[in-house]
Amino acid sequence: MSSLDKETVRRIAYLSRINVSEEGLTELAGDLTRILDFVEELQEVDVEGCEPLTSVADLTLPLRKDEVTDGNIQQKVLSNAPMTDAGCFVVPKVVE
Amino acid sequence: MTYIIEGSTGPWEIVVGLEVHCQVVSNSKLFSGASTKFGNDANSNVSLVDAAMPGMLPVINAECVRQAVKTGLGLKAQINKESVFSRKNYFYADLPQGYQISQFDKPIVGKGTIILDMPDGTTKSVGIERLHLEQDAGKSMHDQDPKYSHIDLNRSGVALMEIVSDPDIRHPEEAGAYLTKLRAIVRYLGTCDGNMNEGSMRCDANVSVRRPGEPFGTRCEIKNVNSIRFVMQAIEIEAKRQVEVLESGGEIIQQTRLFDQRLGETRAMRSKEMAHDYRYFPDPDLLPLVFDDAFIAEIEKTLPELPDEKKARFINENGLSAYDAGVLVAEKEKADYYEIVAKGRDGKLAANWVITNLFGALNKAEVGIAESPVTAENLGKLIDLISNDTISGRIAKDVFEIMIETGGDPEKIVEEKGLKQITDTGAIETAIDEVIAANPDKVQEIRDGKDRMLGWFVGQVMKSTGGKANPGMVNKMLRDKILG
Amino acid sequence: MTDLTKLTLAEARDGLAKGDYTSVELTQAHLKSMEAHRNLNAYITETPDKAIEMAKVSDAKRAKGDAGNMEGLPIAVKDLFCTEGVQTTAASHILEGFKPEYESTVTSKLFDNGAVMLGKANLDEFAMGSANTSSYYGNVINPWKGKDGKNLVPGGSSGGSAAAVAGGMALAATGTDTGGSIRQPASYCGIVGLKPTYGRCSRWGVVAFASSLDQAGPMTKTVRDAAIMLGSMAGHDAKDSTSAPMAVPDFEAALTGDIRGMKIGIPKEYRVDGMPEEISKLWENGVAMLRDAGAEVVDVTLPHTKYALGTYYIVAPAEASSNLARYDGLRYGQRVMDEGDSLDDMYSKSRAAGFGKEVQRRIMIGTYVLSAGYYDAYYNKALKVRRRIYEDFANAFGKVDAILAPTAPSAAFAIGENEDDPVKMYLNDVFTVPASLAGLPGLSLPAGLSSEGLPLGLQLIGKPFDEETVLRVGGVLESAANFTAKPFGQEG
Repeated sequence: MSSLDKETVRRIAYLSRINVSEEGLTELAGDLTRILDFVEELQEVDVEGCEPLTSVADLTLPLRKDEVTDGNIQQKVLSNAPMTDAGCFVVPKVVE
Repeated sequence: MTYIIEGSTGPWEIVVGLEVHCQVVSNSKLFSGASTKFGNDANSNVSLVDAAMPGMLPVINAECVRQAVKTGLGLKAQINKESVFSRKNYFYADLPQGYQISQFDKPIVGKGTIILDMPDGTTKSVGIERLHLEQDAGKSMHDQDPKYSHIDLNRSGVALMEIVSDPDIRHPEEAGAYLTKLRAIVRYLGTCDGNMNEGSMRCDANVSVRRPGEPFGTRCEIKNVNSIRFVMQAIEIEAKRQVEVLESGGEIIQQTRLFDQRLGETRAMRSKEMAHDYRYFPDPDLLPLVFDDAFIAEIEKTLPELPDEKKARFINENGLSAYDAGVLVAEKEKADYYEIVAKGRDGKLAANWVITNLFGALNKAEVGIAESPVTAENLGKLIDLISNDTISGRIAKDVFEIMIETGGDPEKIVEEKGLKQITDTGAIETAIDEVIAANPDKVQEIRDGKDRMLGWFVGQVMKSTGGKANPGMVNKMLRDKILG
Repeated sequence: MTDLTKLTLAEARDGLAKGDYTSVELTQAHLKSMEAHRNLNAYITETPDKAIEMAKVSDAKRAKGDAGNMEGLPIAVKDLFCTEGVQTTAASHILEGFKPEYESTVTSKLFDNGAVMLGKANLDEFAMGSANTSSYYGNVINPWKGKDGKNLVPGGSSGGSAAAVAGGMALAATGTDTGGSIRQPASYCGIVGLKPTYGRCSRWGVVAFASSLDQAGPMTKTVRDAAIMLGSMAGHDAKDSTSAPMAVPDFEAALTGDIRGMKIGIPKEYRVDGMPEEISKLWENGVAMLRDAGAEVVDVTLPHTKYALGTYYIVAPAEASSNLARYDGLRYGQRVMDEGDSLDDMYSKSRAAGFGKEVQRRIMIGTYVLSAGYYDAYYNKALKVRRRIYEDFANAFGKVDAILAPTAPSAAFAIGENEDDPVKMYLNDVFTVPASLAGLPGLSLPAGLSSEGLPLGLQLIGKPFDEETVLRVGGVLESAANFTAKPFGQEG
């Protein structure tokens, strides 16, 4: 059922923000199609009335107290950044 | 209330739904222990979780959950005892994780209602589709450098409640009334400070137009409008634009638009041009948020009296008109002020003074109730001075002027300025006698049945006593003397 | 003097306690071995200075009578655990040079218990792989050699950890397991690897691959060593919402050697088509050993086993596509940006240059299965099948105490094999993935040799939070199998 065309791969690559060359798209289309073919067999499983399992942890969400326990670590937050200025991260200009 | 745009091809109706983001009042962020304080140094209220460092994990803040439930209760909405956090995936400079933790198909609060108090005293109910919790993004600043944008993550991860209305709004003024009411509710509840100009309450408006009775048209979303007035303007302008497009044979393209208040226009956002696909899925770092009835009951106990209940009480117990009651409950501070003034006094008289005199004066001075120079206690005292005949209503107005100027205590003002009402029969009688003596012809007219001349005599007596004579006594004594 | 790199963790612990040697000596011996075996590329970053420093502190602590459970024991840390001030790469170019300002919960616990870090072990990029051939920092070579002397893969993704332990370059190592990344390399390298129950060890500070599956665990020379080390890694962590609020038992005390009356399940669905004869034989031997030790062997059925790989290769990439969105060249790691580039250009170039092929493939497949129109057919369907798999195990564990199966369908293969088709590589995880999807504890231990003389592992799968039974049965199997073969250079 699922054969990915180049345009679909181009769109996935864009959504993933990964630059892919034209040849790369063709190669990826092949690889991704093989993977999709491989997972295709799931379609035959009867999952009628089956709730999706999102976590095996048999727990509910633990709540934490509303206390300020973190922050004021500007230097640590910025220490690995490729580019900073005036306490901020710096990126190419964003147009809204 | 109807709002129709008369196009060249006939009438158009507008359909509006609002998405309001309310910043939750809490000390720390939704999923990290960093402070929510506004205005600190860039990237100082940021934890390693907020900066999305590798391997960092979210842990939810109980208070944000309580605040969302409280708001849901305030909106008379369905509280979902099990809800799920999902990731909304997209890339943006101020979104460090590359996804926003939000709620998608299982929000914490479901359907509810907001009753709008329209300026003409009528009400209208607008459905709430849902309320969900999500993280705020950071801030991009574009004016620091010609080539670069600066990113500050102080707001990144602060809890927001997104409150989505049904597309029930048909008039720009209804949108205004909706926002006013929603803001009042969250402020009453203390779950959001409601300051639109500081960004703690932000509004996106979904606007479409249609022929009356027809199905909904294609909508456009106007993003991030930051005042109630601008929301109303943006809706009007966007609806007109859509009508023009449709009437000139064009088609409305579903898109995200920005409102430019300076140019008075909306325009498509460039950054949103590329089609996106948010790929929502349940956040595997978080488990389902589950609580029981006791948790909700505990929060229910802390609910204050809300605007609608307060309004009903003002109408039923204080005898106010729906309009006056609506004006008073619109802001919690106003209602609180009024309640102090009205306590142990005539509720209607108190409402008149608060609405007509005080709000009138505050509007003129362009200050809010919180900065009112006249305290509620002092306004109450002023009303007491009228009620116990210490001063007349007219003098009271003068005293009030002085109170607005100086913030002074009305008892002292009356004392110092010698404004006490004359209730001494002898003094009033003397004044009456003088006026009667000077106007024998007019006395005769009254005796001949021209009753309304009596008012003229009252006026003359009041004038001669500098307004201080008790008008009731003047009236009665005049009547006795002339007609007696 | 004994070769200190041939000691087990337990032996070294006892030797340190008796004063036979110091932690500094133990550490130096391992640093020397690391240097000697650099050709195996087991480490991305060696931290000799830090190791000696930590060993000195440890010796001083011991002298004061204050020794932790891992006191003075030198270990390798998979380079997926964030270590404060020490480069943490996840074997990716995109994180090259990244020095975390924080220490992962698991490594903090180990260090608090006295463990000494020798360095950061190599792995598959972002733990995505089964052969350790996707690391930006080069392939890891298995200390074991094939008959023809070819270089073999150590398995993956914790290939560096497994090679380090097997090759005497660490007494033990931390690993992480998402679909078999501890157990499969343990099998390929002839060591013990334990993936604990999901939620047993904190994920805080571990670079995330697939959050609903990732679990840290010990990679050691013996089952006892695994029990000792797990005790220092496990425990509730309030910083991880999926961490189980459960007490940490004395795992070592579970090694009673007595499994009489225990019921061991044999899942018939694991007898897959084309299973090599030597793997079936290994499995049968394991069954016989457990039976001889007094356990009752019972057939069980796990009907959805054949769908586990497909489920895994939807769920894991989906989560990964989102987890890896944060590597955008903005706040840390590599950035590629040319004059006039837009923000999107910066993202796309940085991520294209920073991620290797397999990682890119998984991000894209994950993006696809979550995208509009495909979510229900792929992702949501996989979650439903995942529940079926989970229920299969729950049913089986209604009847048995543990399940025995092979760890991997083969012994270690030559570097370069299975690289032509991504799916071929995925098949190596066929026996490890089901327990991962169900969040169950799984232990791999060496139980025999292939015809080529390479180690083969058997896997024990237990009930949730019942690592003790897994370790107890594992201990018995280990004694019975008496696996004494050593890789080249580690004999005698």
